[in-house]
Formats: sequence, structure tokens, C-alpha cells
Amino acid sequence: MIKSLSTEDTLENAGLTEEEQLLFSNARPKPYEPYPIKAVEDFANWARANSLWILAFGTGCGAIELRPLMTARFDANRFGVAGRPTPRQSSVFVIGGYASVKTLKRIIRSYEQMQGPKFVIALGICPVNGGMYFDSYNTINQFDQYIPVDLYITGCMPRPEVLVAGIMELQKMIKQGRCDGANRYIENFDWYKANQKKVIKKWDMPDYNW
Amino acid sequence: MFEKLQRDFGVTGITELKPGMTTLKVNKDSAERLIRQLRDRHGYTHLNFIACIDYIEDGIFTLVYMLHNYDTKHTLSVHADISRDNAEMESIHNLWAQAWTYQRELREMYGIRFPGSPRLDEDFCLEGWDQIPPMRREFDTKKFSEERFGHREGRSSEEPREHMKVNLYPNRGGDEQ
Amino acid sequence: MIAEWLGKVGNFSLTLLIVLTYGLLVGAFIERIIAKVQGRIGIPYSQPFINILKNFFKRTAVSHGIMFYLGPVFRIAGGIGTLAFIPVIYGSETFSNFSTAGDLFLVIYFMFFGQLGMALGAGESGHPYSAIGIARGLSQMTAYEVPFALAVISIVIQYDTLSITEIVAAQQGGWENWTVFTNWVATLAAMLAFLGMTGYSPFDIFLAPQEIPIGPPTEFHSAYLSLLQTNRALFGATKLVLFMNLFFGGATGWGELMIKTFLIYMVAIVIGVAFPRFRVDQAIRFFFKIPTLIGILSIVYAQMILTS
Repeated sequence: MIKSLSTEDTLENAGLTEEEQLLFSNARPKPYEPYPIKAVEDFANWARANSLWILAFGTGCGAIELRPLMTARFDANRFGVAGRPTPRQSSVFVIGGYASVKTLKRIIRSYEQMQGPKFVIALGICPVNGGMYFDSYNTINQFDQYIPVDLYITGCMPRPEVLVAGIMELQKMIKQGRCDGANRYIENFDWYKANQKKVIKKWDMPDYNW
Repeated sequence: MFEKLQRDFGVTGITELKPGMTTLKVNKDSAERLIRQLRDRHGYTHLNFIACIDYIEDGIFTLVYMLHNYDTKHTLSVHADISRDNAEMESIHNLWAQAWTYQRELREMYGIRFPGSPRLDEDFCLEGWDQIPPMRREFDTKKFSEERFGHREGRSSEEPREHMKVNLYPNRGGDEQ
Repeated sequence: MIAEWLGKVGNFSLTLLIVLTYGLLVGAFIERIIAKVQGRIGIPYSQPFINILKNFFKRTAVSHGIMFYLGPVFRIAGGIGTLAFIPVIYGSETFSNFSTAGDLFLVIYFMFFGQLGMALGAGESGHPYSAIGIARGLSQMTAYEVPFALAVISIVIQYDTLSITEIVAAQQGGWENWTVFTNWVATLAAMLAFLGMTGYSPFDIFLAPQEIPIGPPTEFHSAYLSLLQTNRALFGATKLVLFMNLFFGGATGWGELMIKTFLIYMVAIVIGVAFPRFRVDQAIRFFFKIPTLIGILSIVYAQMILTS
């Protein structure tokens, strides 16, 4: 467990009790650098694009479209896409549809546990502007105030063919090196955290879930 | 059967909504006894749900207990009025154990208390809620959503009928009904 | 002396590379066959390589302590160590690794060592699913080692040697000399144990995603996961080569090796896709009943009939 000594890069985990403060790390995350040699970085981006592992966490109604995607008719395996059950091993988080406040807390918890270059795909119109639930007391309206999004796929719900087209577009973006959502999150960390805490009132987890 | 209930419990307003479903109104003090009698003696052993209707103009909440009889395939809905301020009602978790879920939801959404119901004050689906219970009709959800979650520019809505008449089927005469 | 050892190490590295590539390709090939059965296209042939590369190119990692680092290291040390003592191609100077006199028991010890190191590493991560997965995996491993060890003892009695090279040498000269035909009892016990060794259905309860999120490797990510994935391919291919040497006559060329190991693997896959998963207690009870009995019978068979 990393305990930082200097005071500039510690976070105050105000939501935790005294005993829990000892169990969680309070270090501030740092952005990662790309590889210095461009050929290596291009090769790494090619490998990342051709082996996208999706976190098998169906957050909303988009989960119903993820299931047919993995079966025989639409077969995401031929693009290198596989579902992983743990956030530690996955690199893509698919936000399926609306995000209620309760789910948003769990999304943040899972997103911060993912490693390295990680990407977020937002399905449906609800993460864009609230969609069908724009006047609900429990669902958020603009998702990229809380987690940076790399690709939006609009629809209510988009069919699996559209999802496949979105995955191909994401692969193209990764190979061009344009997907830096993870670094954007860390560089604007305080802004994202302030937005999250404005919405999630019951914050009983550390400020950054390592 | 209904005459007996009318005599014993002061049941009023027996109306048949459709074949197989009847509603009746009862005073809130005798509601629990009535439901117990219906379950034990008249065969209404299945609790479908407990819901609430907010009559803000009259200042009451109407609690709806939907009971079902498997033998006669008949559904009976029992309405009981309670006041909007200081909303409290007797708990029926001793009759059916699953009633505690409905009572917990009503406490969170409307603010109705059921003394004695297990786990009543735990968060049901709104964590860290600091406003008035959201299903009450004086709570303006659109205003709350815009204040707390923001509003993204560029959103537009269309009336489906106008859209179809103008864009999709412009040459039709327009069948006004 | 030094030059000779350097030459041996160089040869071993070449063997390691070929066996690793073969293991990854055979995995992809089997996935495509299963996909064809299910009516879809399946992963590209290069997908296992790309997966390992992608995990290696992850830029962040979270560690849980020293043992967490060492878990995958132990595992791949077990994998490489097992391969180092098995002669891959019979009769070839280049490809017969470091096989010495008593290497059969050494190989069996190395197979167990990797799993133990992995268990320590996964336990350090503190994840409850890792601990449950390890408990299940290790108890299942203890169960299937019993018929395997009995079958190995039986063929040691039959061939009167502990060196794999000599066992392969005794099986040369025609297909009727293979152990599968001369001592079919021991082969049956060992193939039943092989079903448990592959970690494939019906004995994959300790790492199936529908049962427990991946099991022991739950917390491993980035470069740690690359090591584990490399080891999975390497160790799988090594077990196939070992079985081929012990029971199916060894190989005198790479083509023969690839065909024989592929067919042995297909036996496990064909049984696997037809069966649902066993629970852990069902699996352990299965291994302690019929395969152990067949193993004991094979020792009796070898002692009484084959060496009399």
C-alpha cells in the first residue's frame, strides 16, 4: 500500500472512518507517459486496439445489447473483444445507457481500479443529455462531467451492429493515438472529483480507488 | 361477503372495476383488521403490492393494498386514507413477511412511516438523499434535475404527430380523429 | 565445458521459443474449432500473442507486496523448469534439453511447484475470490495427482528406469510398442488425470468466469498477467509433450510431435465440450474413486504381468 510522504500529493479521504483510513491508500494518481520511441508507441497502440477487453459490468439498459454481441450472430471475438469479469484486467468500460446516482458511485469505483490506457464507450442518448430520463431525480444528465468518455454511440438502445461499428471506430482512434481519457481524468482530477461529490452525497469510499 | 364486511368494518364504496377486480374503501384504523380477516377467513392469501396515491388537493395519501384470492381468482383492492402531514400507518409485516419491502419503499418515496416494520430507515434506492421524499407531488423533479445534474445545450424535442405529418407523410390528407 | 553449457542453453532457448509459439497457436486453433461448432468465426490466429503484448504494454500496475510479484515468477519458473528436463525430440542433440538420469520425478515435482507459488501470490492480493479459487484449484490438483502418480509408478516398473529418454527409447520400433498398447491400464489412469490437468471443462470450476471471477488470477493485471498467460500456453504444451513421451511413443521430428500433441489435446477438448462442469467435491470424489482404482490396478498389472 502506497503512503505518500509529501503533503501535495496526498488526498484527504474524508469519507472513511479512522480504521478504514489505514486500509486505503491516500496517494494522488499520476498521469503516465507514452513510450518515447514512436515506433514502439505505434506498435503498442496496434496491440491495444486489437485486443479490447470489456469489463462485464452491465450498468444500465445497454447491457441487453452486450449479450448478443458476444454470441454467434454478431461475434465480437473476431475483433479481439472479450469480456472480463474484473476491472483489473479490462481496458474498456461500456456505459450502457442511463446512470443512476447509485450506479455512478460503483462506476467510479470500477473505473478507478482499471489499469493503464483505458477507454470509455457511452451507449445511448442518456449519457449525452439525459435522454428519456432528463427530468428524473435519480439519473445524471451529462456523463462526461464525472468520467471522461472516448466514444459516444447514440440511439435508444443502439443495435449490436451499431455497437460493432463503434468498436471499429474506437480501434481506429486508438491506433491514431487519440484516446487519452485516462490521462485527462488524472490531469483534471480535482474538477472531476468536485463534480462527483456534488452528486454523490453518501461518499464512503476513498477519494481514489487504487 | 361484502354485506358482512360492510356491517363489521364500515366498508364503503364497493365498486367493480372489471370482472375479477373490486375496490373498496375502509377507515385506516380498521384496515389492518380487515386485511387480516380477508386473509384468514375469505381466502385472500396473496398480497400483490402496497402502493400509494397522492391526493394533494384533499391533503391525503391513499394507500392501496391489492389482495388476490387463488380459489375464486378474484382481486380485491383495499383503499385506506391517511393524512399527508404526519403520515403514519399500521404495519402489516406480521401478516406477510414481504410487506417490509413495500413499506420501506413507501417510507423513502413518500415519507410514510410504518412503526415496527424491519429495516425501515435504510436507504432503498436513493443513497444520501437530502431533499423531501421525491414522489410527493410538491417535489418538482425537473427543476431538481436541472439544478443538480445540469442541462446540456443543443437538446431539442419534437412532437411526434407534427413530425410525422410534416416530414414522413406530407402528401396524406391527415386523418383527424 | 563453458562453451558446451552455453550451447545447451542456446538450444534450450530455441526449444522454449518453439514450444511456446506452438502452445499459443494450438490454443487459438482449438478456439476456432469450438467457434466453428458454435456457428461463428472466432478469434484470429494471432489473438493470444496480441493479448500477451497488450498486457505487457499497460502503463500502470498496482502491487500488493513482494509475494504478489513473486507469484507469477514462480509460476513461469515452474513452467520453464518442467520443459527444461523433458526431451522434446528423441534422437536429436539440439532438442533434448537437460534430461538426466532421474528426471521423471523431478518433472512431476516441478509441475506442482508452479501452482504453489501462484497460490502464495494470489493469496497475498487479499481478494476473497482469489482465496476461494486457490482452495478449489489446489484441492482438485491434489486429487488428480493421485492417479497420475500411480500411472507413472506403473510405467517405471514396466520399463525399469526413471529417465524419460530411456522410456521413449523403449517405445521405438513400430506403433505396437507404445505404452498405450502395452500398458493400457496405466494410460487410461493417466488420461483420466489429464482431463483434470488441462483446467478445461468439466474440471474448470476454479477459474470459470461464470463461477467465480476468474479465480486465482483475479487481481493479476498488466505485466503480471502477461507472465501468467505465457505460462498457461507454455505449461499446456509441456504437459502434452510429457504425455506424448510417456505414453504415445515420443516424437522423432517436429511434425510428428505437433500431430500427436494436437490429437491428445483434442481428446480432452472433445470430452470437455460435451460435459457440464463438476463441483469441486464431485470432482475430488471422482478422482479418488475410479481413476485411483485403475491406477492401483495398473501397478499390479505392470508388476505381475509385464515384468514376470
